Amino acid sequence: MTMITHTSAQPRTGMAALLKGNVLNSRAAGPVLLGLYLSFQMLPIYWLVRMSLMQPGDIMSSSAFLPKAPSFDNYKTIFTDPAWYMSYVNSLSYVVLNVIITLSVALPAAYAFSRYKFIGDKHVFFWLFTNRMAPPAVFLLPFFQLYSAVGLFDTPLAVALAHCLFNVPLAVWILEGFMSGVPREIDETAYLDGYSFPRFFLTVFLPLVRAGIGVTAFFCFMFSWVELLLAKTLTSVEAKPIVVAMTRTVSASGLDWGLLAAAGVLTILPGAAVIYFVRNYIAKGFALGRV
Amino acid sequence: MAQIVIDSLRHSYDGNLSNPDALALKQIDLTWEDGRAYALLGPSGCGKSSMLNIISGLVRQTSGRILFDGTDVSDMPTEKRNIAQVFQFPVLYDTMTVEQNLAFPLKNRRLPADEIRRRVADVAEMLELGPLLKKRAAGLGAAEKQKISLGRGLVRSDVAAVLFDEPLTVIDPHVKFELRRKLKLLHEELGLTLIYVTHDQSEALTLADEVVVMAEGEVMQAGTPEELYERPSHTFVGNFIGSPGMNFIPCRADGERLAFSGGSLPLPPALSRKIVSGQSLKIAIRPQHLRHGQPRTERIAAQLVELLPRGDSYVADLRIGETAVAMRVPDDAELPSGELGVTFPPKHTLLYADDRLIGDLDA
Amino acid sequence: MHKTQDNRAWFLILPVVLLVAFSAVIPLMTVVNYSVQDIFGPGQRYLIGLEWFRETLRDPEVHRAFLRQIAFSGIVLAIEIPLGVLVALGLPRVGWKSSLAIVILALPLLIPFNVVGTIWQLYARPEIGFFGRVINDLGIVFNYTADPVSAWVTIVAMDVWHWTPLVALLAFAGLRSIPDAYYQAARIDGASRVAIFRYIELPKMRSVLTIAVLLRFMDSFMIYAEPFVVTGGGPGSSTTFLSIRLVNMAVGQFDLGPAAAFSLLYFLMILLVSYVFYTILQRISAQ
Repeated sequence: MTMITHTSAQPRTGMAALLKGNVLNSRAAGPVLLGLYLSFQMLPIYWLVRMSLMQPGDIMSSSAFLPKAPSFDNYKTIFTDPAWYMSYVNSLSYVVLNVIITLSVALPAAYAFSRYKFIGDKHVFFWLFTNRMAPPAVFLLPFFQLYSAVGLFDTPLAVALAHCLFNVPLAVWILEGFMSGVPREIDETAYLDGYSFPRFFLTVFLPLVRAGIGVTAFFCFMFSWVELLLAKTLTSVEAKPIVVAMTRTVSASGLDWGLLAAAGVLTILPGAAVIYFVRNYIAKGFALGRV
Repeated sequence: MAQIVIDSLRHSYDGNLSNPDALALKQIDLTWEDGRAYALLGPSGCGKSSMLNIISGLVRQTSGRILFDGTDVSDMPTEKRNIAQVFQFPVLYDTMTVEQNLAFPLKNRRLPADEIRRRVADVAEMLELGPLLKKRAAGLGAAEKQKISLGRGLVRSDVAAVLFDEPLTVIDPHVKFELRRKLKLLHEELGLTLIYVTHDQSEALTLADEVVVMAEGEVMQAGTPEELYERPSHTFVGNFIGSPGMNFIPCRADGERLAFSGGSLPLPPALSRKIVSGQSLKIAIRPQHLRHGQPRTERIAAQLVELLPRGDSYVADLRIGETAVAMRVPDDAELPSGELGVTFPPKHTLLYADDRLIGDLDA
Repeated sequence: MHKTQDNRAWFLILPVVLLVAFSAVIPLMTVVNYSVQDIFGPGQRYLIGLEWFRETLRDPEVHRAFLRQIAFSGIVLAIEIPLGVLVALGLPRVGWKSSLAIVILALPLLIPFNVVGTIWQLYARPEIGFFGRVINDLGIVFNYTADPVSAWVTIVAMDVWHWTPLVALLAFAGLRSIPDAYYQAARIDGASRVAIFRYIELPKMRSVLTIAVLLRFMDSFMIYAEPFVVTGGGPGSSTTFLSIRLVNMAVGQFDLGPAAAFSLLYFLMILLVSYVFYTILQRISAQ
């Protein structure tokens, strides 16, 4: 039944319907307004790209819509200066670490919540959820002290672990949803067939929830990549992420808007790539209503 | 109510008519008479839902015409076609009461308030929804909800036809019987043109005046339930209708007899003249019509493989030569065993050439 | 799903519990610790009970930050939810256009928060920013570094730009889950587009919208980086929201005790208001 296309004998072209005076019912209103909205949404990003292609002098002087004397100089600077490109590496490190750690601990936990009742199960679930509601600002100082005390200050691992605070509850929630969609009969059949739990989990169960794993990895990547406060607090020189390198640029005197813009554009690219790869799963993942 | 004519209908969901295998509907010419109840029967994927959606206007056909009382409605939008459709699962406006649900189509057509109230009351009484009118539609059971869906269709006086797309799928079996009975009563009372899509043949055979059997986008046969049962025009229909389906025994014409593995039967000359050489022939008989234990008739030897109890009767799984044949044995008759001789009553024994019915063996 | 009772499942959730306990419980203990002490220097600590809490609750700066925060969260929710739903209604459901629209739509969600701030910092500047320049060219005086109203407009616009896609994607998922038959029945019933929205789409989107409202409320209440990069909390303190105030206290002024007390009250505030929101939304959807 989902093959039914909404074709009927109404005027399909937008103008015809618009001219009939029925804007709300016209088929064109939707796409046109959406196109407008998406254009407005891309404008600030375009503006950033434009600045990234210009020199500081031109930025202050030119107010043309298109970039004046565009060049990739700013990008060259970033790619050749270790201080800059290493900060991207640092960011990617802790994000990837976070995804790995989060998935490793969340997968068994989600399975437990999905399949079993146990003492305190509802309370633990709720407690996990409340961590998502914690303002990161509250944890600044304690995290600083804690991670310094265990010798992890200024390492990607520290940021990765800190981000687990809000990524793990999210991961457990999303994964539990997907796992509950897999019938218990599959577990039972595997046990009857003589699978041990680890073997069953890794070779039978996980492939069945790989959409869920993908969605979870996406959201963990997203929340970890965009976060600033904790990343800033827990790093200093060695593990400085790009988000911090950029803010340091702003507070230094002699603002180089072009360079800053280029750095910004380069932070958008990984995100864009990730969205592109999971574009078909985004709607599915959101459909569980479990962000 | 209206007469609906389907003229040279062909449809493909991607708009491309050149590939015959991709067509959802291959070539349909059909007339639905005013006021009759039709069942549209067929296996999944045969095109019956597509046909229904084309009649109601939710899908526009790729080529061909749909006529309501002689007027071509192919370009008319659904809202103007005066069709009511009941879907597989109840489709309701959850936030509204039963009364508001029933009144909705009329409010959209801006009927005066007291007229609306009157029609809603009429339909509610017909469907026994009276006491539920003020209740929220969302909280009711599946059967009530489907009644409301039906009611929304009936509440419009100008409805040309009511289309049902397997509406009893989500209903409990014991309630299904009640609803079917109600539908038949409504049909008789209101004289509605009903088109009822189903894959359940017992539903089709009990509800409809006429049954249209479809397979792979084509109409296999359209006729009364008796016609379909006794004289299926295609082996598909013979197999599909009846439980168990018709028996088919491949055979060949041998002078005055039809020979098959395990025996032969007399071939009347009139029938013999209809056979064209090169056609594949099959003898067909329904399990109910096969007889055994009858002396003084021409009998074919059969081997009993298994006897299956079926409630009030048995089905004997037999072997004639190399062909598996089913025979229905009533409870009170003598049960067969081992080797037995079966009789093929000529009037009920049919001959199919290239899967099409060419006659029976009654000279 | 039928769940079997088995306490051995604790082994499966132990890693999660330990990890989150390490990340949350220990730091929280530290915060509680500081919140009830007065620290004059290393080794000079005095337990002073709830004094910091009382002081925080009486602090007019905190009150003002709270009011600003409520106003901000209220405004952005009021804009983002309807706007997100509208965008979702306009999104194509299938095909390459759908994928393209989703990719473009989701882009702001994956931009690091400070970069969002940087983008808008540049974009809203009166001379070199497109947004700022266009507004000034229209005759309206617009300078977010000098004028609180301009600062608010900039920050609200930025948040709407940043987070409406989340609401839109959630609403879109909700819309896509509505079976075709509902739309078909509505057409047969002669329903107008507005009626379809009101009687079919909106009711069926209830659960996703609840989540959207809750999420947006929580996250807007915790917002830090984006407004901080644009205005730094100013001009003056006109855009100093709760997180910014807290960070100023903890990092800038090193008032650990009051900062700790504030932290706990802040956390509690979110939990409380989230709970209230959640209950209200549950009531509405149960109707």
